[in-house]
Amino acid sequence: MFVSILRQGDFLIASIHAALDDTELVRFQEDVIRRIGELRARGVIIDIAALDVLDSFGSSCLRDLAVMARLRGAVTVIVGIQPDVAFAIVKLGMTIDIYTALDLEEGLDLLEAVTIGNRAGGSSLRALSE
Amino acid sequence: MTEPESQTTTQPTAQSADGHQKARDDHGLLSELVAHLREHRTELREEWARRIESTRLLQAMTPQEVGSETTSVYDNYVEVLETGSVAALQRYARDLSERIIPRGVETHEVVGIVLLLRDVLARSLFLKYHDDFSVLNRVLDAYEPAANRIANTVAVSFVEERERVIRQQQDAIRELSTPVLQVRERLLILPIIGVLDSQRATQLTDQLLRGIRTNRAKVVVIDITGVPEIDTTVANHLVETVDASRLMGASVIITGLSSDIARTLVTIGVDLSKMNTIGDLQGGIEEAERLLGFRVIRSDEA
Repeated sequence: MFVSILRQGDFLIASIHAALDDTELVRFQEDVIRRIGELRARGVIIDIAALDVLDSFGSSCLRDLAVMARLRGAVTVIVGIQPDVAFAIVKLGMTIDIYTALDLEEGLDLLEAVTIGNRAGGSSLRALSE
Repeated sequence: MTEPESQTTTQPTAQSADGHQKARDDHGLLSELVAHLREHRTELREEWARRIESTRLLQAMTPQEVGSETTSVYDNYVEVLETGSVAALQRYARDLSERIIPRGVETHEVVGIVLLLRDVLARSLFLKYHDDFSVLNRVLDAYEPAANRIANTVAVSFVEERERVIRQQQDAIRELSTPVLQVRERLLILPIIGVLDSQRATQLTDQLLRGIRTNRAKVVVIDITGVPEIDTTVANHLVETVDASRLMGASVIITGLSSDIARTLVTIGVDLSKMNTIGDLQGGIEEAERLLGFRVIRSDEA
């Protein structure tokens, strides 16, 4: 498999290291959701820096993953979106309404801020993300 | 067996001999014509210069310059008629264009003077051969194609030179057009000057996204004070750029929207509710500093 799902404190770091086909993507999605439950993670970082292209299926997969993670009590941050991928996502109208950050480090900072906000009370979540 | 063979061989030879004869005739006529033009060089050239002046062409140049250029063009013209090769004229025309384009000489003027010369020379030929119509006909047969080619060559050279200059300037503008500058740690500014067309907008997005990546930017200020107008395509492109930057973890502040642009955006109904806009560049940078946690304090206050 070209993915890794690592644990870092309360967070999961899931990295995609090479282009995945649709089946692999769905399997990756399931693995991450399962691990969230097993490890009681409060946040997930998905690192897609290795992806040079992202099609509509891939982006909807990531969005679904974020929604499912939310339902299981974890916040998702997608990091390492390449310039071309970012523009393609926007251009194809597949705006992902979830947290994004430049790289892993930024993502961890953002997750840290967002989950503290969660603890203090859900209302501040939106403000912190802006 | 031999009879038809000889027949088939003689026919082409006869034809080609006929062709040669005609070519020689044409050649003879052409050299006669060239001799005539050389002989009356001064008067024809002066007649031409007079015509140029009366049609008010080449007003951007002094009479002396017009004089020397017309002499060169005349000599080149006659040379092309003589040799049939436009290479030298092409070089001269390109050189001439290079000199006169910056002076503001227009395409129609250059084409105009060449056509005038063509007319002046044709009139002198009419005058010379007016009593023998068949000779005049053949002279014109030889003269017209060559003259057309000359007019063509000069016009094409002029336009090519013009296009070369335009391409060069376009490249220069493209190089200059979209600088991405870092003003503080993790803060980029992107001043946009001039009209944004879709090609420039695409290039801008590309450079911005790459800039975000390499400078690890968290906030970007796009200043459009220098943009006179904006259309739907470009406005939507701007919105897309902001969205794409957000995906890469940078928030975008747009500054310097003129009242005209603001009205346009409202009129065409581009949704700017998600965009963070601030009046001027100074305000934008202050807001960006606030977002990044910088505080600027004057040294005497501290």
